[in-house]
Amino acid sequence: MLKRKDILGLREMPAEEIDEILTVGMSMKKLLRQNIKKLPHLQGKSVTTLFYENSTRTRCSFELAAKYMGAHVVNISAESSSVKKGETLVDTGKTLDAMKNDIIVIRHPMGGAPALLGKTVKAHVVNAGDGMNEHPSQALLDMLTMRENFGSIEGLKVAILGDISHSRVAKSNLFGLKKLGAEVTMYAPKTLIPTGIEKMGAKVCRSREEAVEGADVVMGLRIQLERQHAGNFPSLGEYSKFYGVSEALMKYAKPTALVMHPGPVNRGVELTSGLIDGESSRIEEQVLSGIAVRMSMLFLLTKEEI
Amino acid sequence: MIFKNATLILPEGLRRADIRTENGKIAEIAEHIDGEGCDWSGLTVFPGLIDMHVHLREPGFERKEDIESGSKAAVKGGFTQVCCMPNTNPVTDSKVVVTYILSRAKDVNLCKVRPIGAITKGQEGKELAAIGGMKAAGAVALSEDGKSVVATNLMANAMKYASDFGLICLCHCEDKSLVDGGVVNEGYYSTLTGLKGSIRAAEDIIIAREICLSESLDIPVHICHVSTYSGVQLIREAKARGVKVTAETCPHYFTLTDEVIASFDTNTKVNPPIREEKDRLAVIEGLKDGTLDCIVTDHAPHHEDDKNVEYDLAAFGISGLETSFALSYTQLVKGGALSIEELAKKMSYNPAHILNLEGGAIQVGAPADLTAVDLTEKWTIDPEEFVSKGKNTPFTGREVYGRVKYTVVDGDVKYREK
Repeated sequence: MLKRKDILGLREMPAEEIDEILTVGMSMKKLLRQNIKKLPHLQGKSVTTLFYENSTRTRCSFELAAKYMGAHVVNISAESSSVKKGETLVDTGKTLDAMKNDIIVIRHPMGGAPALLGKTVKAHVVNAGDGMNEHPSQALLDMLTMRENFGSIEGLKVAILGDISHSRVAKSNLFGLKKLGAEVTMYAPKTLIPTGIEKMGAKVCRSREEAVEGADVVMGLRIQLERQHAGNFPSLGEYSKFYGVSEALMKYAKPTALVMHPGPVNRGVELTSGLIDGESSRIEEQVLSGIAVRMSMLFLLTKEEI
Repeated sequence: MIFKNATLILPEGLRRADIRTENGKIAEIAEHIDGEGCDWSGLTVFPGLIDMHVHLREPGFERKEDIESGSKAAVKGGFTQVCCMPNTNPVTDSKVVVTYILSRAKDVNLCKVRPIGAITKGQEGKELAAIGGMKAAGAVALSEDGKSVVATNLMANAMKYASDFGLICLCHCEDKSLVDGGVVNEGYYSTLTGLKGSIRAAEDIIIAREICLSESLDIPVHICHVSTYSGVQLIREAKARGVKVTAETCPHYFTLTDEVIASFDTNTKVNPPIREEKDRLAVIEGLKDGTLDCIVTDHAPHHEDDKNVEYDLAAFGISGLETSFALSYTQLVKGGALSIEELAKKMSYNPAHILNLEGGAIQVGAPADLTAVDLTEKWTIDPEEFVSKGKNTPFTGREVYGRVKYTVVDGDVKYREK
């Protein structure tokens, strides 16, 4: 059981709760592996996914997680432009509340939107990614994948390479991994490193070799073409050449190191195709972890004290 | 009217005395004046406070504030004169709007409302607004408030033309391309929250530009709401070499640091953004050594609907008129940075001097604009008690010292605490 109404991010979540979500998530994953997709945990509950931003995998993952546990699921897509001209988030939240939703899963292009919704509604709010703030379910699924592979997060060295500045994934991972005792290194062009990230416990490295040296996990983050247009780097080709992760770079990591990526991947930009499809890749494994950890989150949030 | 037994902040220092007004002027200041009067024992009397940077929202945005509610907030906060920024609708860029504001203020008849005209037509940054016409109608300064005049040559021409009419440009300093959609200070807390930050240089670059223009043209310029340590230093260095630059700051810049954004409270969203501890300390130091001349509120009242939205969508601004004095007194005088006489200069004499307004000092012959305060009273800021329509404050629940008891404008008591 979680001692909170909403899951807004890992910044505010104590290690014990993260641990509990991962532990239950491991059990869920075992069931999924056995192809068991009819569980009673959310029977009679309603879950709405409210997405103000395009997403295929996260939304699909939350929807399946809820459905596998017997919830009623409704999906609402709001184009981000309608945020400005249409109903306010607060009013939308009140409406969803009046419809007796138990959980609202929200994705929003602006940081803090889930917090605002959480303050407004009685339903539990789960942040499925807000602007450049947090993406807790992604970090939890990454950690679940790591825990499954290594048995524990403590003492792991995780290297994160890519667009850190605009990445809610990097930050949620940083908060969560640090709380569970991992070391986090980062590398990116200076234009894509956010101010003050070191103070949050990341080690920002001077070279990609330094970042992946001795790493247990090497995580690539998606580079969007729009960052090139905004002047953050000259071209995707140059990015890949100087900042990308290749087989040669992986030689600096531990021989047992895993390659991870939250997806969708730009093949040949953040990671080489060889790595994406190679033995050390856990990218597909992450997808199954995603459903498992989201099942765990939805269940623990609504579970009542006995 | 006689006000008795008060401690007056006079140009020569503090003095226990009675004060008599006649025909709106201060007629006599003496140890003891005979006759019936209002007992001000225990109160400290400032020359009527002057806020040279407020937004009264009328015409156009009366849902947020109007001249009546803004004037009520002003006198409750101890202000006898306020200068209102031109980002109204229509923009205050013509004598018609200036005249309208003055006529509304006259009807309301609380504090003195001094309109500030836009620098360019419609605040569009293309052509000069009707500067001469606005001055003739009663505008006391010019500002493009909320933004900078982007084209430097147009800004130079504005300063030159305005100086012909004895008007000074009050410069909101912001390089829009560098801000690039930023809503908070760039630093640890912008990264922590994922809110887009903007760096100090976005403010400093335009502060430096306006200083360069002032120095090259030898025309005075005034820098609005300074928030960065580096901006304070730019102004300090310019003053040291004789540039005719003056500057202001606001209570939120010397009271808060950007950790307040961590909760996504939209009442902390203000432009320029609340910055870091070294900036806060530098702003205090700037007030102390005279680099920063004035304390203003940048009173920016908003309707609840403008703030009860996502942080990125929320309006910028803090409703400040009713908390400015107490915050300033608590932070600066109780905090040991300024004497009570220096605070009176920052909140009355200096703005009067910079804008060439009447008032600013308690002396015989001056307008009887007085603010009587109980400096010992401790109170808790509660926006529900605001008379401003804007309840948007990041200071809810804060304990402060210094309660305005009376505000006197031209000899008439316009506010008396109930």
